[in-house]
Amino acid sequence: MKRLSVLLLVSVASISGLAVMAYADPVDDTLTIDDREMIIRAKAPKGHPFDEVLSGWLFRESETRATEADSFANPGMLAVERGEELWNTVDGSMGKSCSSCHNDASATMKDVGAHFPKWDAKARKPVNIEMKINDCRTERMGAEPYKFDAEEQVALTTYIKHQSLGTPVQIDLSEGEMQSWWEKGKELYYTRTGQLDFSCASCHEKSMGKFIRADHLSQGQVNGFPTYRFNTAGMVSLHNRFRGCIRDTRAEMPKAFSDELMALEVYVTWRGTGLSVETPAVRQ
Amino acid sequence: MKRFLTCVAVPAFLCSQAAAVEIAPDAVKIDEMKVSQSLTGATGNAEEGAKVLANRGLGNCLACHVVTPLAKEQFHGNVAPALDGVADRWSEAELRAIVVDAKRVFSEETVMPAFYSLDVGINVRKDLAGKTILTAQQVEDVVAYLTTLKGSN
Ligand code: HEC
Ligand code: HEC
Ligand code: HEC
Repeated sequence: MKRLSVLLLVSVASISGLAVMAYADPVDDTLTIDDREMIIRAKAPKGHPFDEVLSGWLFRESETRATEADSFANPGMLAVERGEELWNTVDGSMGKSCSSCHNDASATMKDVGAHFPKWDAKARKPVNIEMKINDCRTERMGAEPYKFDAEEQVALTTYIKHQSLGTPVQIDLSEGEMQSWWEKGKELYYTRTGQLDFSCASCHEKSMGKFIRADHLSQGQVNGFPTYRFNTAGMVSLHNRFRGCIRDTRAEMPKAFSDELMALEVYVTWRGTGLSVETPAVRQ
Repeated sequence: MKRFLTCVAVPAFLCSQAAAVEIAPDAVKIDEMKVSQSLTGATGNAEEGAKVLANRGLGNCLACHVVTPLAKEQFHGNVAPALDGVADRWSEAELRAIVVDAKRVFSEETVMPAFYSLDVGINVRKDLAGKTILTAQQVEDVVAYLTTLKGSN
């Protein structure tokens, strides 16, 4: 009897072990959204640790992948709709909406999100879409800036990024001091933090393709952000994700939009050069 | 348990000395990939060790390692080799060194956390500063469990 149960345990383990092995690699599949084929594998830019950059979509389970491929099923599309509503809503002391100046986002914001973060000469640092939205709100609308992760901030960012669906990510490192921010971001990427002593590379480079507990480790690409997560049944912004990954090393988290996280955003965005923008991507 | 009994049987001043035998994280010597002395001066409890291995807030060793005898626990990761039969590959003193600080056994590059070291990453969460992931007792319990992982189990 005892032997039987031991045998049973072993066979359960080897079955689950097998399951792990079978799914340990990114899938070999293509992703088409709204009849447009996404670039989910791209030749890595020069100086990149990998030969090929891979979309996080390739590492997710089949239901998650199918949900992203179908815009009618993708709950993230609700954030896109909400963003469109905000785009056309007047706010602030100057009586303007985004569309008062930018008109139809499908024309004026087309492909814009694929090239952020961008050097901002006035602020003398790189800015992302969230910061750009706040900039227009305070400087050009007389409205309050959105607080980090306000529902409106995430929805508008999702809407703007979605106007680049399918466009390859490509940021300009020749502007201003972008190159030195890239260097700083790279340094941070390889710096171990927290009591658990992990760097981003510990998980997304050295252990890419492996399972850490139940999580299939991807390259940690940013091309799908903001993403919809089943886990929390809501949208997750990029800096929220960065902070979550840092928290999991048992370290203090840098503030959203801090110089540290902006440097990281510049560098990690570069690491995904050539991948299509997939916003809103779907994750578990 | 045994240590506790010893304590009761001897004068109190000796007893407090016995407690002081616990080796502090920065005093652990790793020689030739070995920590020969128990960190607590006593042998750990393998059953407790298995719990520490699985507990996500403690060892969480299963995040990276498959351990077949703990198959009833869900989701074993595969970042690292399975620990099955690990006691055939390493002595008790070597296993203790691996758990204390894998960087000083394998290489600086290893992703395995140091479970009994203060030489960790930057910006450690404030409430954890100066603390090790596992206590000396938990390390001994884990080592006791690892030494049971022999053959094909
Ligand atoms: C009063 C006119 C005005 C309003 C209202 C306005 N913007 Fe702008 N926006 C501009 C101008 C001018 C620029 C280009 C100069 C710059 O980048 O600051 C710009 C730039 C941008 C950019 C960067 C585009 C690029 O190609 O880099 C984004 C994104 C943006 N605005 C979003 C918004 C959003 C979202 C709103 C509503 C919350 C908004 N703007 C409201 C005038 C406006
Ligand atoms: C302990 C392991 C671990 C570390 C360290 C870690 N991450 Fe992650 N990260 C994960 C897991 C697990 C996921 C979810 C599964 C996946 O996509 O890999 C994830 C997801 C991500 C994603 C979203 C990927 C997508 O396609 O949705 C990004 C971006 C990311 N991480 C960036 C980072 C950055 C930047 C760092 C360093 C500051 C970092 N991570 C450190 C484990 C880690
Ligand atoms: C973040 C992943 C990670 C965690 C968590 C982790 N390890 Fe490891 N461990 C590794 C890696 C990776 C190796 C292989 C050595 C190397 O390549 O750095 C390893 C090697 C080992 C070895 C030697 C294995 C052999 O077969 O030679 C032992 C023993 C070990 N770990 C025990 C543990 C114990 C006990 C825990 C929990 C207290 C633990 N590990 C937690 C990643 C991890």
